[in-house]
Amino acid sequence: MSEEKGVIYRISGPVVTAIGISPRMYEVVRVGNEGLMGEVIELHGDQSVIQVYEETSGVRPGEPVIRTGQTLSVQLGPGLLTKIYDGIQRPLPELEKTMGVFITRGVDADGLDLEKNWNFNPVVKVGDNVASGDVIGTVQETTTIEHRVMIPPGISGVVKEIKSGDFNVTQTICVLDGGDEIKMMQKWPVRTPRPFTKKHAPEVPLQTGQRILDFLFPLAKGGTAGIPGPFGSGKTVTQQQLAKWSDADIVVYIGCGERGNEMTEVLDEFPHLIDPKTGEALMNRTTMIANTSNMPVAAREASVYTGITIAEYFRDMGYDVALMADSTSRWAEAMREISSRLEEMPGEEGYPAYLSSRLAEFYERAGRVETLSGGDGSVSVIGAVSPPGGDISEPVSQGTLRIVKVFWGLDAGLARQRHFPAINWLNSYSLYPPSLDQWYRDNIKSDFPEIRTQISSLLQVEAELQEIVQLVGSDALPVDQQLTLEVARMIREFFLQQNAFHDVDTYSDLKLQYTMAKAILSFQEESKKALAGGSALEDVVNVPARTDLMRGRFESGYEDRIEEMLDDMSKQIADTMETD
Amino acid sequence: MTGKEYRTITDVKGPLVFLNKTEPVAFGEIVELRLSDGTLKNGQVLDTSDDQVIVQVFEGTASIDKQTGIKFLGDVFKLPVSKDMIGRILDGAGRPRDGGPPIVADEMADIIGAAINPYSRQSPSSFIQTGISAIDACTSLVRGQKLPIFSASGLPHNDIALQIARQAKLVDSDDDFVVVFCAMGITAEEYNFFVHDLERTGALENACLFVNLADDPAVERLITPRLALTAAEYLAFEHDYHVLVIYTDMTNYCESLRQIGAAREEVPGRRGYPGYMYTDLAMLYERAGLVKGKKGSITQFPILTMPGDDITHPIPDLSGYITEGQIVISRELHQKGIYPPINVLPSLSRLMNAGIGDGKTREDHKSVSDQLYAAYAQGRELRGLVAIVGEDALNERDLQLLKFADIFENQFLRQSRDEDRDIGKGTLDYAWELLSNIDTKYLVRLDQKWIDKYHPNDKKN
Repeated sequence: MSEEKGVIYRISGPVVTAIGISPRMYEVVRVGNEGLMGEVIELHGDQSVIQVYEETSGVRPGEPVIRTGQTLSVQLGPGLLTKIYDGIQRPLPELEKTMGVFITRGVDADGLDLEKNWNFNPVVKVGDNVASGDVIGTVQETTTIEHRVMIPPGISGVVKEIKSGDFNVTQTICVLDGGDEIKMMQKWPVRTPRPFTKKHAPEVPLQTGQRILDFLFPLAKGGTAGIPGPFGSGKTVTQQQLAKWSDADIVVYIGCGERGNEMTEVLDEFPHLIDPKTGEALMNRTTMIANTSNMPVAAREASVYTGITIAEYFRDMGYDVALMADSTSRWAEAMREISSRLEEMPGEEGYPAYLSSRLAEFYERAGRVETLSGGDGSVSVIGAVSPPGGDISEPVSQGTLRIVKVFWGLDAGLARQRHFPAINWLNSYSLYPPSLDQWYRDNIKSDFPEIRTQISSLLQVEAELQEIVQLVGSDALPVDQQLTLEVARMIREFFLQQNAFHDVDTYSDLKLQYTMAKAILSFQEESKKALAGGSALEDVVNVPARTDLMRGRFESGYEDRIEEMLDDMSKQIADTMETD
Repeated sequence: MTGKEYRTITDVKGPLVFLNKTEPVAFGEIVELRLSDGTLKNGQVLDTSDDQVIVQVFEGTASIDKQTGIKFLGDVFKLPVSKDMIGRILDGAGRPRDGGPPIVADEMADIIGAAINPYSRQSPSSFIQTGISAIDACTSLVRGQKLPIFSASGLPHNDIALQIARQAKLVDSDDDFVVVFCAMGITAEEYNFFVHDLERTGALENACLFVNLADDPAVERLITPRLALTAAEYLAFEHDYHVLVIYTDMTNYCESLRQIGAAREEVPGRRGYPGYMYTDLAMLYERAGLVKGKKGSITQFPILTMPGDDITHPIPDLSGYITEGQIVISRELHQKGIYPPINVLPSLSRLMNAGIGDGKTREDHKSVSDQLYAAYAQGRELRGLVAIVGEDALNERDLQLLKFADIFENQFLRQSRDEDRDIGKGTLDYAWELLSNIDTKYLVRLDQKWIDKYHPNDKKN
């Protein structure tokens, strides 16, 4: 390695220029007397340009810059779950211990607890052939998640020695014939995707319990989704609902440049949430990365890479991982800020010209894959986008939409009417249904896709009718079209609206979603019959059983009673004919 | 290094001074400039290297020439803080403006303000009653929140801010608020209005003012809110006060930010504002909150005037992405003569759910608020329809909602500048009374159990 130590030449906010060293690109360096952590992002003649992950005020030219020889990496191993990290994998509780409540600088902290002992159970024996990605043993990391200790990529051989019992993550637990000593912890550079054998087609839905998402615009396991929306339209709540209820094994939640109080709310709430599948705390399957908007901007840039590397690591064990990034716009802004300090030629709206390729590289790290060891794992990526003024013609939204397969378009108008989740059913889309439909037919009901089509076409028809209503009023429409409007209103108020803060309504499984959709369609059927038999529309839509059916979804045990309520409704609708 | 004075200015551009051949100067270091006539100015280092140092001059660069002496003071900007700041009026750089003695420092505090570790924050959950129905019912304020007022020129945002400062109280304790008021580029007239009102109500004794007026240096505005927040943090986290920070007008602050960006020839973002404006604003707004193990709190009320009433303008837009909601003042309501002209539809309080409900305000609060929103939103939408087709085309439900929109504006929103409505009797019961103008069967957002308990018996049912 050439010169280990250089000096600072220039400081401009988070960007520091050093001379006297010739590091590699993306190498981590220590900057100034306090040893602030930084990453080399440009080499320019004899100058190295460094983005610094900590506040730089008070740093002077002439202070030392020291090479570490390593690129920005994360520590991977038992102990990642239930943790909360900043953008460069420093555990926030550790930082609190060393710095107090305010984040100061120059403090290092390991991502994993290096002292803690884990009970390692080997699954291979001496003489076994092992290769990259093979599981050599397991650790019960949390009550619900078994951590599978793997051979790091690039290493293979015959097991010469394997241990069993309590070890910390830096102790050798396995030795190969080539002399490689395997430990429970491995390091991986965050900007390099972890290897896998091949990518599969997305054929399994990621179930979220959110009716509009699961039913109309589903996301596949290993898929990518973008949620653009103006402020106040419920992006964060939607992301949090996904983190809470999606049926992934592992959840990685990245709070990137968002509000401190919001992160705290997540931190306070998650440990108390119970996983509906296992009955255990949801936190047991979650890793969080919190880099709030006022924390250093370079660490914000790194945070999404830190997050996705952790997600890939769990994918390699054969788990389904869901990664939420809130918000990718803040990440893009961090890139813009650094880029402008570098005086790079800007692309659109001051964003760097490489913005869309960075976005694409990030989303490409999603996917359902065959892992190196031959298993199946997936990383699904859900990125929130915060377009300025809610206008999605801006570069980050456009760059995202070109890549993602699902678009959940949040709508300020719906949010204002307190229609939540405020996802616009007319402009949102999902490209996954064709590849997922077989799964629905096999696992839910054979006519699931057809029911979905009926529901979404009713919403389309409503939109067209509404245009006429705006001109002439609803009374001027023929009675069957008025009924269509009523049915569509029922879809909106009863099915699409879902109260994230209500104990029962917050989650509906796919079977219940199907039943509710069928209920709406049968209301339409029965009402049509009644209208043909001479009933007044007013009487049909106001049968009390319909209100009960709609309000019933807030009460527990709804799945069991919905059939009964449907029968009541049919009877009451039929009765409107006799009284006439 | 102290004591050494440089006369190596090469360029002066807008508020910036460029000089070369210095000893190593720290990034963010404070600078003293001595003009040839002896006048002293202050500045801060924005960019530093072996060859060139860029200094931003707070008082503006008028009269600076190449003979101006520049002294680096060896430290970053610090504010002397003490409990005695309460009751004082300081200028935009933290010097006394009220003719009183300088602040005797208990501590010198760095004004940049470190980020609070998200893990160390405490979730805000105590309801603050403002006595204004529109806010208390629909966009409830919670201690530790940052809730800006999005207004526009010619609207009574100052009256509303003052009414909140006067009436704000916690329902779960007797603690009072200390007000830290930060003026950035407002007119002397507006300033007098604030001071007179604070004096009239005796609130001035419980307030600390940082004042940068319209004719004060524009660049100074960039540090004024940082000083105010530094004082607020000291009072909240060292002396257990509940601090209410009101700053006005954020738009002027952002203009100054743009001015510096332009002078540095930075690549501009939207509408010429610098690309880092989001981060910069976040460094102010995020200094609100509560911290585990400390009794005090900081609640922020930034006021900003939306240029051209445009909520998508970068200033309100970026603010909205950082703050926990917004209170939007409506010109339309103001012109109808309604005070406070708060348009509840685009207004929002993100922390509301944590601060309301059983044991905090009242069990039915959430339902009532949702119902008010839904009914008012539909009523307003129907106004547009009625303008085209006339009321005759409406059905019974729509007619009731249409009527409710008027009732809501004229009775629920409207209140006098001194009217302090209690959350239970004054606001929620009143809301029920007004909602009883709509048939219960149309009130789908209300749980049946709350209807049974709180609905006044109206004759229509």
